[in-house]
Amino acid sequence: MTQLILEQALNGLQFGLMLFLLAAGLTLVFGIMDMVNLSHGSLYMGGAYFGAAAAQASDSFLVGVVVAMLGMAAVGAILEMLLLRRLYLRDHLAQVLATFALILIANDAVRMIWGPQPLPLNPPAILAGPVELFGFIYPAYRLLIIGVGLAVAIFLYLLINHTRAGMWVRAGASNREMAETLGVNVRQLFTIIFALGAALAAAAGVLLGPLLAVQVGMGENILILAFVVIVIGGIGSVRGALLGSLLVGIVDTLGRALLPTLLRATASPEVAAHLGPALASIMIYLLMAGMLFWRPQGLFPART
Amino acid sequence: MKPSHSGTLAETALLIAAVALPLLLQAFGEDYYIGFATRLLIFALAATGLNFIVGYGGMVAFGHAAFFGIGAYAVALLMNAGIFSAWITWPVAVAAAALAALLIGAASLRTRGVYFIMITLAFAQMIYYSVVSLEFAGGDDGLPLEQRSTLVPLDLADDATLYWVTLGLLAASLMALKRLAASRYGRALTGLRQNETRMEALGYPVQQIKLVCFVVGSAVAGLAGALLANQNGMASPSQLYWTQSGMLLVMVILGGVGQRFGGMLGAIALLGLEEVLGRITEHSHFYVGLALLAVVLYAPRGLAGLWGRQK
Repeated sequence: MTQLILEQALNGLQFGLMLFLLAAGLTLVFGIMDMVNLSHGSLYMGGAYFGAAAAQASDSFLVGVVVAMLGMAAVGAILEMLLLRRLYLRDHLAQVLATFALILIANDAVRMIWGPQPLPLNPPAILAGPVELFGFIYPAYRLLIIGVGLAVAIFLYLLINHTRAGMWVRAGASNREMAETLGVNVRQLFTIIFALGAALAAAAGVLLGPLLAVQVGMGENILILAFVVIVIGGIGSVRGALLGSLLVGIVDTLGRALLPTLLRATASPEVAAHLGPALASIMIYLLMAGMLFWRPQGLFPART
Repeated sequence: MKPSHSGTLAETALLIAAVALPLLLQAFGEDYYIGFATRLLIFALAATGLNFIVGYGGMVAFGHAAFFGIGAYAVALLMNAGIFSAWITWPVAVAAAALAALLIGAASLRTRGVYFIMITLAFAQMIYYSVVSLEFAGGDDGLPLEQRSTLVPLDLADDATLYWVTLGLLAASLMALKRLAASRYGRALTGLRQNETRMEALGYPVQQIKLVCFVVGSAVAGLAGALLANQNGMASPSQLYWTQSGMLLVMVILGGVGQRFGGMLGAIALLGLEEVLGRITEHSHFYVGLALLAVVLYAPRGLAGLWGRQK
């Protein structure tokens, strides 16, 4: 039992860190420009496809990751300059329409290029096996993901809290007009943020590729989880996104693993079999609705 | 929009054309399109309900699929329990959607703006995942209908009859919503959309007014869901998924937010475009997406707005 809980907790940590890669960019876009971007999941999907194609062509997973991140950073920057920039001052409805259109375009574009079948993406050969960790067995690849996720979190922390550019980002998130008046080039800053966010989403796409499937529609599922994360964490706050991601990752993973067992201990097996999976899959949404109900500004409100 | 004489005349002409459509299609042997036209009208009905919430109530609800799906599942579940009559199951579908909207709305209306978008999305996803994990609701496969609902004295198994019934319900809903918008309540709703603080200061029960709007629009979606279950022969989980909510919202924005026929126009334009492009290319959504981007950038008030400007 302890073994199971520990393993699931690590899985939750790993999933949470990947959610963080997605949520970090989304929360900044949302927070600074007050922009509802539904197409963030498409950047994640694009990254997975770029990565899978590059890894296949070069026979190297690392090349796949690098190509995915650089490629999607470029796509993100172009997208921001050509389209999204024109939407910041429009209402949420226009943003929903435009970014939903982007989902439709991205899904069909991927089908045009790579076909409707999922792409295979294997983890690097050295990490394919399990390793022994404090007396129990855990897949090496998942450990790598945890390591990368933690490294990115630390990198972002340093970037945002200890650099000039990071200061501009924080200023923009708490009060955009004020930051602009004080001479921050928000326009340029935002292109950079968007490209960075796209690169991080792409990284999540490639890294999760071997665990989940690289297929059309993969972005739609995870996008909503990323929204859950940033609402819980506080829109615009990267720190909140990190905490929210870990919370969602661990609650979701542990809930799925343990709730059916727990219910079986307290209710009849039949009720547990029905209620367990249903309850487990809606737990994080309950968490989010509860947060919106009692503390709508989230754990770490960024806006003043 | 001014309710001119020529306006009602055009509406009457359009209604007559819509009534005659199945006969024309049958005459040309294009019976497939009767089903397609029914689908258009069903989505027009669902989008009209959403337009009432978004356009008249000023609430950007991102969970309309929940009520659309609840209507469909209500009909399918009741049919599994042996109740076939539409006189019973359709009102139950509407009531179920309304009840869900009452609960979700009461909780969601504490928030506003972008938080309202997110909380309605969260509730809709909860309903999606609950239904998918419930075995008696068919899980991932959905619930097939044994047959269409029975609507004595009409025979819904006939495609044209289902079309006419759908058309009648759409016309009746549009009429009812028009009356509601013109009533005392509708005026209060408009005032609220323009300045909530002032309405509150004037002593209007702001939350209740918004909640009623949310429930009414969602109930209309429940009716549309009941119809779609009949048209598709099943209640499907994809009808509850968030992308369906997105699609319905896209229809409303495309047609024209707050325009009386906005939801209908958007549904017909979007599904029509999809169908036409689908004949030419495998990747119709690619071009649909491009068209939607063009609308965002060049017709910010939607198709209905485009029409109004020309006049």
